[in-house]
Amino acid sequence: MNTIVETKVTYLEAISQAMREEMRRDEAVFLIGEDVGTYGGAFKVSAGLQAEFGPERVIDAPMSEAAIIGSAVGAAMMGMRPIAEMQFIDFITCGFDQIVNMASKMYWRSGIPLPLVIRGPSGGGTHGGPFHSVSPEAWFFHVPGIKIVAPATAYDAKGLLKAAIRDNNPVLYLEHKYLYRLPELRETLPEGDYIVPIGQALVRREGEDMTILTYGAMVHQCLKAAQALEEADDLSVEVVDLRSLAPLDRQTIIASVKRTNKVLIVHEDTLTGGIGAELAAVLAQDVFEYLDGPITRVAAPDVPFPYAPSLEEAYLPNADKILAAARVLAAY
Amino acid sequence: MQLEQDELLQVYFFMRLTRALEDRTRTLFLQGRVVGGVYTAQGHEATSVGAAMTLRPDDFIVPQHRDLGMHLVRGTTPRAIMGQWLARGNSPSLGRDGQLHIGDVHHGVIPSISMLGESLPVACGIGLTMKMRKRSTIVLAPCGDGATSTGPFHEALNFAAVQKLPIVFLVENNGYAYSTPNEKEFSLQNLSDRALAYGITGESVDGNDVLAVMETVGRAVAHVREGKGPALVESKTFRVRGHSEADRADYVPQALREAWLAKDPIQHFETYLSEQGILDASQKKAVEARVKAAIDDAVSFNEHSPAPDEATVADYLFAPDGLIAIIGEAGADDPSYVNALDRRTGQPYTSAQQVEEAVTRR
Repeated sequence: MNTIVETKVTYLEAISQAMREEMRRDEAVFLIGEDVGTYGGAFKVSAGLQAEFGPERVIDAPMSEAAIIGSAVGAAMMGMRPIAEMQFIDFITCGFDQIVNMASKMYWRSGIPLPLVIRGPSGGGTHGGPFHSVSPEAWFFHVPGIKIVAPATAYDAKGLLKAAIRDNNPVLYLEHKYLYRLPELRETLPEGDYIVPIGQALVRREGEDMTILTYGAMVHQCLKAAQALEEADDLSVEVVDLRSLAPLDRQTIIASVKRTNKVLIVHEDTLTGGIGAELAAVLAQDVFEYLDGPITRVAAPDVPFPYAPSLEEAYLPNADKILAAARVLAAY
Repeated sequence: MQLEQDELLQVYFFMRLTRALEDRTRTLFLQGRVVGGVYTAQGHEATSVGAAMTLRPDDFIVPQHRDLGMHLVRGTTPRAIMGQWLARGNSPSLGRDGQLHIGDVHHGVIPSISMLGESLPVACGIGLTMKMRKRSTIVLAPCGDGATSTGPFHEALNFAAVQKLPIVFLVENNGYAYSTPNEKEFSLQNLSDRALAYGITGESVDGNDVLAVMETVGRAVAHVREGKGPALVESKTFRVRGHSEADRADYVPQALREAWLAKDPIQHFETYLSEQGILDASQKKAVEARVKAAIDDAVSFNEHSPAPDEATVADYLFAPDGLIAIIGEAGADDPSYVNALDRRTGQPYTSAQQVEEAVTRR
């Protein structure tokens, strides 16, 4: 009987592979979180890791985010490379102080490096309601001393997590749970070791008439909108996947907008004070003379994340909403 | 517990140094040479010095804002302390932070922050590393009575208990969280009773009696070092001055303060040493001269040190790439490791030095 070997992996499997390979490569790497060990994680991201590495390197912690993140901070000071998992990234608020006061300022004030990763499922589209759908990036984007990455593909999910684990600073790794098992994101990954460097955006689709700046799950909605705009409106739209939010790849962002002269910023997080606000400020200052239309943002409205499917659909940006905003911008 | 005479004199020296260094800091503050908030711990000397004296050189402390004595015993230098208060450019924080918020992992000292209680989960991470790396070292993690009301206190003690981490949690109960007295903080007679809730061992001790502190904390240290999991010690003491130098502490009943002043830990120990024939007038004078010399040197060194370079105000946010050593393991001081040196300056870390007299023979 022949067995079909599936070589394409999901976004979730890519995250899992990154952890497994890094734990094999470096004994300083360990995972700590709620239900990550015996159970394999609420989403099974760490399935099989405890069996391979044992309960001392895949640590089932009590429901104590401050203890999980704080322990990771302490271990990182000792030169370990902990990965602290938030079961849902929403719960990161319970460990907020450890991140914004303890971790982010440590190297700056003491010279002690903190090779720490905090990761967890973020974002909506999975009917999680107001406490299981958050996009937390803006809370931490404002805090100096934390790097933030948000992969959109399986390739980047693996490469960025490896880069985050090898980084000597606190990295917030935001995996999007809507993408975890999305069939169309399955891809064949390189056999050898690779990383995706933190701080480098990627042009996912080249275009002439407009730049869309986005990240995370919205990358795919933007690509759909760009395709539709090409087919229906004969518009050539460039889509830039930021991949890293902190530090931002200003060079790639600015170069793209200078070329296309119009920019649409799309994120799933709420509008006010989001990543888009900073992008708009950077562009208004640095490429003002190149702009042929208003810097435009598409984001969730400034209310908490709703539960009902109809409300969730109304809340989240999608290809149609992006398309509509792009058409208004294109008309300038 | 039988302590040799010179060890007792060491304890006495560190208690005197702690008190005098704080007194000098206060003077500098009143002269306007130290800015911002000044937090001292008159009355805590027996607790902070005594507890630290029970450790081995390779153990760790996670000291808080009233633990100058602990810092000094473990090798944090008066120069480093004074550099922090005077915000010098060559202080351990390079003028970024003040107070006792300094540490050096190569000398087993973890820097604290002002959010009290938050250092306890970090102590768990130090203990977790020791457990993972199968070491016989332990962590001494102090906090005040105030911090016992925080969530991280509970999370840390519970997690440490579940994981059987090698940590001695030391609550320095000085009667007040700023102006809030014990009876408004918790409804227990002894904070060590909280140990029951975590399934760990707990004990309270007279925190103004340095020998009792050493005996009780020493017992907890031995328990923890045997791999039996964490221990909780409550050291009952008193904060004779205000929360900070801006606080006159007039909420403390005069009779209460006087009762505690009569139990001054240094005076108490001095009397004991004299009665035992260990400390005579000339030895006392010699200790005082050493203390004064160390503090004069610390002040003078820092007054001749540069202010921080304003051009560096946006610097030092991220550590560079490269290999990181696991602290405490062979070769961890190899300068090729990122964390072997302070990469902000490219020089060795400056907060601590190995002081022969700072470590006991345990």
